[in-house]
Amino acid sequence: MSNPDTPIASASESSPKPLPEWRQYVRFVGSAISQSIEGGWKFYVWMTLLTAIFLVGANAWAVQERDGMAVTAMSDHVSWGLYIANFTFIVGLAAGGVMMVIPAYLYHDKDMHDIVIIGELLAIAAIIMSIMFVVCDLGRPDRFWHMLPGLGKFNFPVSMLTWDVIVLNGYLLINLHICGYLLYKRFRGHAPRAKMYVPFVFLSIVWAISIHTVTAFLYCGLGGRPFWNTALLAPRFLASAFVSGPAFLIVAIQIIRNQTGRMFGEGAIVTLVSIIRITILISLLMVASEVFVEFYTGGSHTGAARYLYFGLDGHNELVPWIWSSVVATILAGILFLVKDVNRYPWVLNTACLLAFAGLWIEKGMGMIIPAFIPSTLHEIVEYRPSLTEWKVTAGIWALGFMIYTLLIKITVNVYSSKQRNSKGQRTIASTDALAMAEES
Amino acid sequence: MSEHPQTSPNSPVHDDGATRRNVLKGIGATLGIAAYAKALAPLTELTQETSMDEFLQKHYREMSKEEIATVIERLEAETKEKYGADVTISDPEPLDGVKFGYALNLSICNGCRKCAEACHLENNHDRPSHQSYIRVFEMSKGSMDFEKGNAHYDHPVPHPDKYYMPVQCQQCEHPPCVDVCPVEATWKEKDGIVVVDYNWCIGCRYCEAACPYHARRFNWQKPEIAAEEINPDQSYLSNRIRPQGVMEKCTFCLHRTRKGRLPACLEACPTGARVFGDLNDPNSEIRWVLENKRVFVLKEELGLKPQFFYFFDE
Repeated sequence: MSNPDTPIASASESSPKPLPEWRQYVRFVGSAISQSIEGGWKFYVWMTLLTAIFLVGANAWAVQERDGMAVTAMSDHVSWGLYIANFTFIVGLAAGGVMMVIPAYLYHDKDMHDIVIIGELLAIAAIIMSIMFVVCDLGRPDRFWHMLPGLGKFNFPVSMLTWDVIVLNGYLLINLHICGYLLYKRFRGHAPRAKMYVPFVFLSIVWAISIHTVTAFLYCGLGGRPFWNTALLAPRFLASAFVSGPAFLIVAIQIIRNQTGRMFGEGAIVTLVSIIRITILISLLMVASEVFVEFYTGGSHTGAARYLYFGLDGHNELVPWIWSSVVATILAGILFLVKDVNRYPWVLNTACLLAFAGLWIEKGMGMIIPAFIPSTLHEIVEYRPSLTEWKVTAGIWALGFMIYTLLIKITVNVYSSKQRNSKGQRTIASTDALAMAEES
Repeated sequence: MSEHPQTSPNSPVHDDGATRRNVLKGIGATLGIAAYAKALAPLTELTQETSMDEFLQKHYREMSKEEIATVIERLEAETKEKYGADVTISDPEPLDGVKFGYALNLSICNGCRKCAEACHLENNHDRPSHQSYIRVFEMSKGSMDFEKGNAHYDHPVPHPDKYYMPVQCQQCEHPPCVDVCPVEATWKEKDGIVVVDYNWCIGCRYCEAACPYHARRFNWQKPEIAAEEINPDQSYLSNRIRPQGVMEKCTFCLHRTRKGRLPACLEACPTGARVFGDLNDPNSEIRWVLENKRVFVLKEELGLKPQFFYFFDE
């Protein structure tokens, strides 16, 4: 078993002639790769399980490519389904990570600052997942190059989908740069230079808002779909993203704590809880506001909302889903209000899970499917995802968890291994906190 | 995560452990690679379907006449190979100064669906799904609301209390389907017809979500059609057999109308409810209808300016 300390130790013991920068970087990447395939039995079980689920999904996708999208339950009436529903939700998850960045960098919250990289890494994993959901929804992924500017034809700025391609990939690159730079510097034992990453951190805050706004614009700009055609859609997307992202991160921080056996991030959890307390109520208020407009106005434009909440002409596929979501989200909202909820892990984690699941339904299937039912000519064709769609979806989630696990694992290793500081002396990273962020 | 103490490289204990571990890892990696290969095996059957020429084909509007001719030759050969039919694929250009428009007389349409059937045959639609670019709605008298319409009526027509409204692509002046396409695979031609380059479309179905008239169709699988049923008179932008995984739509039968013929749906109509022609020609029948009948367009409030008009006689 290779010891991650060995290269650094030997480097410091041998002659001080430094390796060229590119070789240092190769060492950094090599170390990251070796971290990715080394670990205890829990790690192997977890990764093997995820790989197995991913392979089931990959196989389902391969069959879908061969036999056509007829293996999904989508139709010309409901032409987007589970894939686009997940895509929409996960873009929110990626944007939600910014709720760690804002307290850390705008409000100088020390606790948050130390572990902000947990949120930035979530953005990376989530964006990769969201891009995969779109690719799996394409009828002809083999023609993806038609979208590449220069090579293909990129219908910018008219098509909102081209905007989405830009903001999603941009967000991925920004976060890859921030995390990659900080990790590499840490790996080398150097202090990161603020001008190399702080401007990108601030850019990432604006950019996080943009990814979910543009994703909402994909839908709300379509005049032919009254259910989506509301100016409230982008604010609603953001409010729910600032619930689902922090909810995921609260649980993630606790798991990382358990696995590393280090106590850190309690302050960060308290901050995240106070954020969710507000955002979940705003999110619910916006849903209530939409529901009021739909039902008080009435008329055939509100058929989608009637279908979603109460069923239409005996068609009620989504009714149990949306009411589960309403109950889960309200319950979560109440639980988050419990005084010092962070001291009761069971209550806190139940609240996070309920909020996450509730919004997955509401910003997923509950947001996408009703826009197609009834159809633009008021025909009612229902949709229930096929097994293929569930397999592909599970596969992408498994891949997302794999990526996030590896990113966190590599990061924990880099930040907790023995380091040389900038003077070449060996130091040990602070162990009281995980101290994942750069020293500020 | 490594907690192993540093051991001397010569330590036999260390060697054994490392060897066993490496062997296990090797087995794991081999099994893993095999599992990946097995999971993705269906893709190998797919690559035989898509030729390199097709993969690298340029956008229709970027190709020269010669390049289009080469592509058409390939498509004809592929149709022969995959469907066993000899077809001729043409590429008629928009006629100078012509702008097509369509009008439909709701007073005399009797809901027989002959237009939808003609479309099905003319445009080489998938047979099992009975696809057509036209949907005919049975509407309640006294209402223009599609919520009270029904596209699945199954009784002798016309029903005395109903009227019938066929809906197909409205060839909007401001087509939202064209705006939303991320790769410009669909556009409006000079003669007003919105077309799709079936070999450029990536199949994201954003246009299908954007269209308020349910005019677009997706090829959920490779269209099935028997060789003897294939209409051999085809064109690149209209009724050639579409590939799997791309969008398609009504093209006002441009392979006919650009050569002076009428759309198949019009020729099939037994009542004379359909009027097709050049909106720029003041002496055309369609202009006479627009000037002398009370015409309206569907969902006018969306501001998309359809080039498909409806009217009542009395």
